[in-house]
Amino acid sequence: MTETASTSRGGGDVRLTGISKTYGSFHAVRPLELTVPEGSFFALLGASGCGKTTTLRMIAGLEEPTTGSVLLGDRDVTALPPYKRPVNTVFQSYALFPHLDIYENVAFGLRRRGVKSVKKQVGDMLDLVQLGDFARRRPHQLSGGQQQRVAVARALINHPRVLLLDEPLGALDLKLRRQMQLELKRIQTEVGITFIHVTHDQEEAMTMADTVAVMNAGRVEQLGSPADLYENPDTTFVANFLGTSNLIGTEVAEAHGDDITVTVGGTALRLPAARCPAPVRGGGTLLVGVRPEKISLTHADDAATVPEGRNRISGRIADSSFIGVSTQYVIDAPGCPGLEVYAQNIERDGRLAPGAEVVLHWNPAHTFGLDAGQSPLAGTPDAADAATAATAAAGTEKAVAAAGGEAP
Amino acid sequence: MTAAEAPPAAPASPPGPPEHPVRKASARRRLVPYWLLLPGILWLLVFFALPMVYQASTSVQTGSLEEGFQVTWHFATYGDALREYYPQFVRSLLYAGTATALCLLLGYPLAYLLAFKAGRWRHLLLVLVIAPFFTSFLIRTLAWKTILADGGPVVSVLNSLHVLDVTSWLGWTEGSRVLATPMAVVCGLTYNFLPFMILPLYTSLERVDGRLHEAAGDLYARPWTTFRTVTFPLSMPGVVSGTLLTFIPASGDYVNAELLGSTDTKMVGSVIQTQFLRVLDYPTAAALSFILMAVVLITVTVYIRRAGTEDLV
Repeated sequence: MTETASTSRGGGDVRLTGISKTYGSFHAVRPLELTVPEGSFFALLGASGCGKTTTLRMIAGLEEPTTGSVLLGDRDVTALPPYKRPVNTVFQSYALFPHLDIYENVAFGLRRRGVKSVKKQVGDMLDLVQLGDFARRRPHQLSGGQQQRVAVARALINHPRVLLLDEPLGALDLKLRRQMQLELKRIQTEVGITFIHVTHDQEEAMTMADTVAVMNAGRVEQLGSPADLYENPDTTFVANFLGTSNLIGTEVAEAHGDDITVTVGGTALRLPAARCPAPVRGGGTLLVGVRPEKISLTHADDAATVPEGRNRISGRIADSSFIGVSTQYVIDAPGCPGLEVYAQNIERDGRLAPGAEVVLHWNPAHTFGLDAGQSPLAGTPDAADAATAATAAAGTEKAVAAAGGEAP
Repeated sequence: MTAAEAPPAAPASPPGPPEHPVRKASARRRLVPYWLLLPGILWLLVFFALPMVYQASTSVQTGSLEEGFQVTWHFATYGDALREYYPQFVRSLLYAGTATALCLLLGYPLAYLLAFKAGRWRHLLLVLVIAPFFTSFLIRTLAWKTILADGGPVVSVLNSLHVLDVTSWLGWTEGSRVLATPMAVVCGLTYNFLPFMILPLYTSLERVDGRLHEAAGDLYARPWTTFRTVTFPLSMPGVVSGTLLTFIPASGDYVNAELLGSTDTKMVGSVIQTQFLRVLDYPTAAALSFILMAVVLITVTVYIRRAGTEDLV
């Protein structure tokens, strides 16, 4: 977390120190250290029930932390009620006041702080979110996307130190969501306020945020820029939750110098030591990961054309699906079944159909290593289902719902 | 298919062009709403419209029980009745209005608690609100007679706290008595109509999204401001229907005035009852009933216009 602190201009950072939240015996948020630099677009990403909404609500003051404190700049606001915090929230359900028109909804915060002439500010804010003509409508007369923009305007007009967004795009359809992502990013750049965005949609987090914190089971698993998280996941959870990863259980054959050589099903693979967790010893085990789009596919008959120095695995195509820009293949190889490969549809080889023998090959630099002590399924939908079932069985589903605040 | 939808029509209609039974079935379907309305309409006709007409004609009759009553279009009865029983009308509206205000003051916090704070006790508390209905209205009012009895615990406590000195000075009670005073009548009315206030209030408060409270708090509204600017305006439909459900029956009530009051606290309901059942002056009683109805109707219309809840519901 120190790297984020060093990039900040200081003074206006949001700092969470040792913050945690427990409901009975359920740990919604484990003690957490987090610094959000001033002016950044920060995303808290995780599956439902991971504690991201609880974290957000603790910053807003809507939830009291069990331990730890919330600092805005140098000011400790932990004990302040929400109405005294210079923080505003865009709620998941928008929570617009149904008895007030759009103008009065947006003016609400200003009026509560005793601002006398709100007309110009409200007008400007409605223009910013492109709703100038809707000032006298009631919230229920607006579409979902328009309501969402009112919610943003209502929060931003107060010039908060931090704007908190709780799954603000969750209720919108895909196309509108894409549009609003760009819109929110534009607004953030325009006003320069710190945005903390909670989402379970990894694509949304990666599109909008400068920094993403991936949360899992009340902990921050990893924090970094979207590209950094995607290319260098620290854990299998991050590797699987952000995009898709092929994770292969391997044995370390040789580990010295800059390269590590591992074997799986008799095949040797190489990867840079810099992309491995620190202690790798010969004879140990290692999870080796590679992203599906990094792998090239060549028919076994043309195996000789594969350049030297690339990692290569032979296998058979089990399944393929055409999705327009690319084709997704599932390939079974000895020692590692179900490898996924995304191939761009530039020059399609007609022989690459289910049943065909193929060679998978990729640049060793695109390989990363992960500690073999963790479940290679963490962060996949299968693992999420299993976890939910286990939680329900333990009878703590209520706590999960309360913790996430995301129960429908 | 048409035969299945309209089985009785099938044997009756001779085989003809195929669209004929179709049209018949759809006509039948169009009549369904009216058939569903029929029982209600009949009921209202027999037990509401006819008595109203009968009462209206009674109010313009003259005569006596011995000689019989004839319709003589004697509208002066209205003027006479209003002139003679004017104080009772004012008193009725005053008592009913006070009781309604008290019900709102007592009922709102309780409804708020039920809707937002009661948690798992909510259902039990709701049952307790309705519980008095398991006993007869009369018995409950008679119980109040015992509660407020002279020298009873309530009166003694109020007396020793010198509360009765204040209320006597205000003219609500007399000396060290509570029974047979305006306060007793208003207390009885408040008690008897309180559930009619709480239930609509609870229903409309329960519909208020709790997240709006969080949103208001997030936008710098203190708890009291949140209540004033968000919760209360959103509960207006409940306030309006609760006050109507309390005020309308309370203004026509006579049981509380009869049992808990004295001759000085007579409400118009008691007068109507006396005229009908003891004095046997049917025209005056009927005229009084119509005047009361008109007064309540006008009051309520003005109130609803002022409350302006049309776009809330």
